[in-house]
Amino acid sequence: MSVTEAPPAPTPEEPRELTLRKPSTRKRLVPYWLLLPGILWLLVFFALPLVYQASTSVQTGSLEQGFEVTWHFQTYVDALREYYPQFIRSLLYAGTATILCLLLGYPLAYLIAFKAGRWRNLVLVLVIAPFFTSFLIRTLAWKTILADGGAVVDVLNTLHVLDVTSWLGWTESNRVLATPMAVVCGLTYNFLPFMILPLYTSLERIDGRLHEAAGDLYATPATTFRKVTFPLSMPGVVSGTLLTFIPASGDYVNAELLGSTDTKMVGSVIQSQFLRVLDYPTAAALSFILMAIVLLVVTFYIRRSGTEDLV
Amino acid sequence: MPVLRWIRRNLIVIAGLLTLAYMILPNIVVMVFSFNKPNGRFNYAWQQFSLDAWKDPCGVADLCGSLSLSLQIAFWATLGATALGTMIAFALVRYRFRARGAINSLIFLPMAMPEVVMAASLLTLFLNMGAELGFWTVLIAHIMFCLSFVVTAVKARVMSMDPRLEEAARDLYAGPVQTFVRVTLPIAAPGIAAGALLAFALSFDDFIITNFNAGSTVTFPMFVWGSAQRGTPVQINVIGTAMFVIAVLMVLVGQLIASRRKSNARN
Repeated sequence: MSVTEAPPAPTPEEPRELTLRKPSTRKRLVPYWLLLPGILWLLVFFALPLVYQASTSVQTGSLEQGFEVTWHFQTYVDALREYYPQFIRSLLYAGTATILCLLLGYPLAYLIAFKAGRWRNLVLVLVIAPFFTSFLIRTLAWKTILADGGAVVDVLNTLHVLDVTSWLGWTESNRVLATPMAVVCGLTYNFLPFMILPLYTSLERIDGRLHEAAGDLYATPATTFRKVTFPLSMPGVVSGTLLTFIPASGDYVNAELLGSTDTKMVGSVIQSQFLRVLDYPTAAALSFILMAIVLLVVTFYIRRSGTEDLV
Repeated sequence: MPVLRWIRRNLIVIAGLLTLAYMILPNIVVMVFSFNKPNGRFNYAWQQFSLDAWKDPCGVADLCGSLSLSLQIAFWATLGATALGTMIAFALVRYRFRARGAINSLIFLPMAMPEVVMAASLLTLFLNMGAELGFWTVLIAHIMFCLSFVVTAVKARVMSMDPRLEEAARDLYAGPVQTFVRVTLPIAAPGIAAGALLAFALSFDDFIITNFNAGSTVTFPMFVWGSAQRGTPVQINVIGTAMFVIAVLMVLVGQLIASRRKSNARN
């Protein structure tokens, strides 16, 4: 991928510190000047807003009379009690979409890394190319693809797939649009590139000779994959699943465009509380709970997969 | 059965190509439906072939205005995020300083946060400050969420750079500025370009954060979102298709130049 090859790591004959002169005060300040504008930006427009939001979530009042901090933690309890179905749904949809992305994305990443040969760049371009059309337009295209009486629905109907999915509650009678399946399908579609690219990057780094060695030691292709390829691609699996799960859990575009009122995710609730109902404390509390859940899941997941150096 | 054996042997290729088809299918639908003449306000069902929308891409009120606004925001957001992000990346790789861990987390967190959370909290800030929502609040938000991605892209490149090249430049009596402009920057350029491209794409296509912080300003994604409620003009598909074709052509031309240069260098 890189244009110029990375040179071999320097091998100093003596400890590097000895060769460095003690820097002057002006020089020592250089990193701080470099960091200052960007870090300030993040502090003011990322960290500070979270503080404001935390304070908003424990305020009471109304739009007309203004809001006041009253440490009203009941908002959190009420918000959870009223909107827990949306929370569970969000996690369920995002989780399903993440697993589907992994199952669909892995073969393609593997194909690009090992099987594509001289087609590799073309396939990579095709993976990235959809990005260039606004994702909202592409999500709307799924309305056409999954339309009632369309080709996809007809085929699924003839194969009696929809009978099974309806029985499972994923679709309704012979519709796909406005059902959980449509939303998960849209989420999977929208976040697939975020899974494929990290997977590809970590697969591409694997030394092909390891496969040969495993074969020489009488491993079947399946065993080679299980014992060599997959473990070595773990960094890609971890960052791919995170890059899929995190945005999917807060997404409301797919749920709103492809779903119905029964498939609303927590993002939709936050959006409508904030922009339409104008109940700022509830919206802030909901958003905080979502953030806490996602950070918990991410931390736990990174710990479990033992790739803490990812961050 | 030879067919079954062939399928079994090429299972991964078949599965990969099916995934690729799944990813490309909506683009094809967008393209085909840019030639549709719908029977009503929504462009979801095929009626008949027509070039009307292609002949008049700006024929819908506010569409091209929103497009140019999105391009402007993306341009300035890319410039801002790339400048700030590149500086941070250099500081992180090249210098030792205090609070490094905290700064790393501050850069990582925006990427580990659902967009809707950032969107909502930023709106609380703007509301509390009494800021007028519009172009500037959107630009501020875009620079904020693009920054971390630029840092990550540039950092990866700067980390793989050999510091001895710059030492050599200094040994040959290049001043610090000259070393930076003539040696450091050209080597880091691919990373900076990758970061800038990513920032442009993220900013141009952003909907959730923009929707919260734009007030009555309408960017292109917001126009598309609104049209999903009011009626989808065919022109949306025309613009989507045009962007897709232009981008793919640019990538292909870039590839061609790169491979031409490579073969020239070999001779």
